[in-house]
Amino acid sequence: MFKNLMSWIEYRMPFMEKMNLHVMQYPAPKNFNFWYFFGSLAMLVLVNQILTGVWLTMNFEPSAERAFASVEYIMREVDYGWLLRYMHSTGASAFFIVVYLHMFRGMMYGSYQKPRELLWLFGWFIFLVLMAEAFMGYLLPWGQMSFWGAQVIISIFGVVPYIGDDLTLWIRGDYVISGATLNRFFALHVIALPLVLVILVFLHIIALHEVGSNNPDGVEVKRENDGTKYEDNVADKFTFHEYFTKGGKKFIVDAIPFHPYYTVKDIVGVVGFLILFCAVVFFAPEGGGYFLEAPNFEPANPMKTPEHIAPVWYFTPFYAILRAIPDQLIGAIAMFAAIILLALLPWLDRCKVRSVRYRSVWHKLNLVNFVISFVVLGVLGALPATPEYTLIARIAMTTYFLYFVFLYVYSKNEKTKPLPVRLS
Amino acid sequence: MSNAPVDHGRRRFLTIATSVVGAVGAVGAAVPFIASWNPSEKAKQAGAPVSANISKLEPGQLIRVEWRGKPVWVVKRTPEMLESLVTTEPNLRDPNSDEEGQQPGYAKNRHRSKKPEIFVAVGICTHLGCSPTYKMSDFDAHVSGIASGFFCPCHGSTYDMAGRVFSGVPAPKNLMIPPYMFEDDNNLIIGKDEGVA
Amino acid sequence: MLKKLLSVLALVASSAALASGAAVHLDKAPVNLKDTESLQRGMRLYQNYCLGCHQMEYNRYSRTFRDLQIPDEVGMENLAFGAQKVGEYIKNGAPKADQARWFGAAPPDLTNVTRVRGPNWVYTYLRSFYVDPSRPFGVNNVVFPMVGMPHVLQELQGVPTLEHTTTVDAHGNEVHKTVVVTDGSGELSTDEYDRAVADLVNYLTYAGQPSKLEAQSLGIKVMIFLFIFFIFAFLLKKEYWKDVH
Repeated sequence: MFKNLMSWIEYRMPFMEKMNLHVMQYPAPKNFNFWYFFGSLAMLVLVNQILTGVWLTMNFEPSAERAFASVEYIMREVDYGWLLRYMHSTGASAFFIVVYLHMFRGMMYGSYQKPRELLWLFGWFIFLVLMAEAFMGYLLPWGQMSFWGAQVIISIFGVVPYIGDDLTLWIRGDYVISGATLNRFFALHVIALPLVLVILVFLHIIALHEVGSNNPDGVEVKRENDGTKYEDNVADKFTFHEYFTKGGKKFIVDAIPFHPYYTVKDIVGVVGFLILFCAVVFFAPEGGGYFLEAPNFEPANPMKTPEHIAPVWYFTPFYAILRAIPDQLIGAIAMFAAIILLALLPWLDRCKVRSVRYRSVWHKLNLVNFVISFVVLGVLGALPATPEYTLIARIAMTTYFLYFVFLYVYSKNEKTKPLPVRLS
Repeated sequence: MSNAPVDHGRRRFLTIATSVVGAVGAVGAAVPFIASWNPSEKAKQAGAPVSANISKLEPGQLIRVEWRGKPVWVVKRTPEMLESLVTTEPNLRDPNSDEEGQQPGYAKNRHRSKKPEIFVAVGICTHLGCSPTYKMSDFDAHVSGIASGFFCPCHGSTYDMAGRVFSGVPAPKNLMIPPYMFEDDNNLIIGKDEGVA
Repeated sequence: MLKKLLSVLALVASSAALASGAAVHLDKAPVNLKDTESLQRGMRLYQNYCLGCHQMEYNRYSRTFRDLQIPDEVGMENLAFGAQKVGEYIKNGAPKADQARWFGAAPPDLTNVTRVRGPNWVYTYLRSFYVDPSRPFGVNNVVFPMVGMPHVLQELQGVPTLEHTTTVDAHGNEVHKTVVVTDGSGELSTDEYDRAVADLVNYLTYAGQPSKLEAQSLGIKVMIFLFIFFIFAFLLKKEYWKDVH
């Protein structure tokens, strides 16, 4: 009976077939390390944001008069409202932590290189939409930081020549940030952008499963079946979907089925992550004043700017670049360039070797340079601007951009180490 | 790569154990989502006991008091109305208020009230939630021979002056009697009685 | 009431910091949310001295009484402002526009003050008023220069004045200190006043996050659960990965 029902469904919608293709018989390289947890963790945080977000929407009131009070109502009067709200606010920061580490993993192991350029681009678009989503969500509690942070960031669009002023007016829908702005941001934050995000994540995974995962060694696990013998090949123990073996034309080396091996491994990663996440949610939801900023416990007051305003921590590296340049327009261009350059990595990096493990010392140093520049910019973006800090920010900004320049230059004829035949 | 034989027993045990712990976690994680649908502090405070002054209530008069967003009727019954409670009894579905939960213990009597003349009830039909109309003197159009009662305009259910439902109408139960107490002769508190702190 | 002359407050601030209005050293507020009696005393002080101007418009009496273990009747009789009901928010009914006219700016709501400023700031601030005839209310504040509110706790603390002292430390350097001292005319001694302010700040800390104790107790259970889950998940992973390694 049950079997008949299953085959009835299978005939009309091949559910088991797709599970086999993408999960049970999907070949994943056997050497994923710590850095490979962040993809599944990003998915987990996305689900957390959607669920808690939907539940917060049930009590949130998107109006200038009621938004702040309704958040306080959620925090104080709705059963477990405080928990749902802290899960959502902590989730926002966790999303960026996880996504930044996920992106850095891609940079370390050259996961953006051919044939994964499109996969990288989808990921970059996810990052872009995520920033918009986070920015709009931050306005909703209608606190002082919500209001003034949005004021500053919307004003950035004012630097566009000729239409700048009209553009900011159009974005706000009012002469100041008002209930109109709040309402349109609310609509985009709870419906439009999450929908786009989910579609992009779907495309990201489809693109991933077409080309297969890269790995810390940066060598392919699916190879032409040219009769080469591989000793001790763990992949021999398993059956992979014939989509990947192409009827014997392809040979799979050092890969294991995603399920059960990576499902059980990802559970460990998920629980480990939840331990850290819950520690923040339950014991330090303000995240040291970075996840929830102190001035945001005060309702928005268009008459009074808080003494020190900085964007939320995940925007600070880019904000520091904006602020480091004295000219408004060039500053804004530089900030967007810093983001756009990431999308161009597959074409800026001309080296054929992917993983940092087998690349030149120049590349290793350059990668270190990138990390330091990014972190320094992030720290400075959160601090008030002083002449010394501005100088350091300019240096860090320069080295940030130089990462891409250097990469383009040395990667053409880079001295690399020989690639291993087998995965470590 | 080890080729040692797989310990299937241990594998099955760990799979089941982890699944069980995970399922407990999933249920636990669902709690805040489910619990957040409970009435909030705001709703509970709106549902707090309300008081009603009945010193000016005329015989036969009905006043409505809002309690938890619902109409609560307070009627001062006339002696004729109280007499009619005997006449109606053969035609009632539940004349002795045997249905539990429709009234506090102190209202489980013929007049379904603490004081015979003061009738307190939630004015919501037990059929589909409409509020019945008070027919002070023209109820015999619905039930012949009975002068006063309650008639629900939605589906024609009828109740006598103690909120007891007549047989043969859609409504299944007698009207709900809320917990209430007399603060003094003139003041009534609805939503709270001596039994509830 | 023992009248002490020149009782010295614990507050110490450098003259330089004072002059520039820069960050002042903040004393640590002895916050203990489990000390229900302190919270009750704090609420009483709040209702008597603060609520007249500063509302607590996101907290209800009912919830606060429950958390502070005050019976509703006792609470309403002794603590409620005017004819408020137990289900209402802790408000004073003063129209904001009028208050803005009286004080220049409407006194802020204090439900979240300890989350905006931090408990230490509030604790230090309330002990840092001093007489300054140049100000409209005759007082100024070390932590909040040019403060726009009177020293409402003066009847408890006495009249506070600033005293600058110069001492020489062990290395022979001059150390400038500014301390607030009172004339002892208040109802409380300095220690008693500090404790009263501590109670008030404790209550304000509670008010900023009424769910904090609940979060902590639930958090511990969640953490224990996650550690157990982690052990099982880890063993399961180890078991399956025997196939691979």
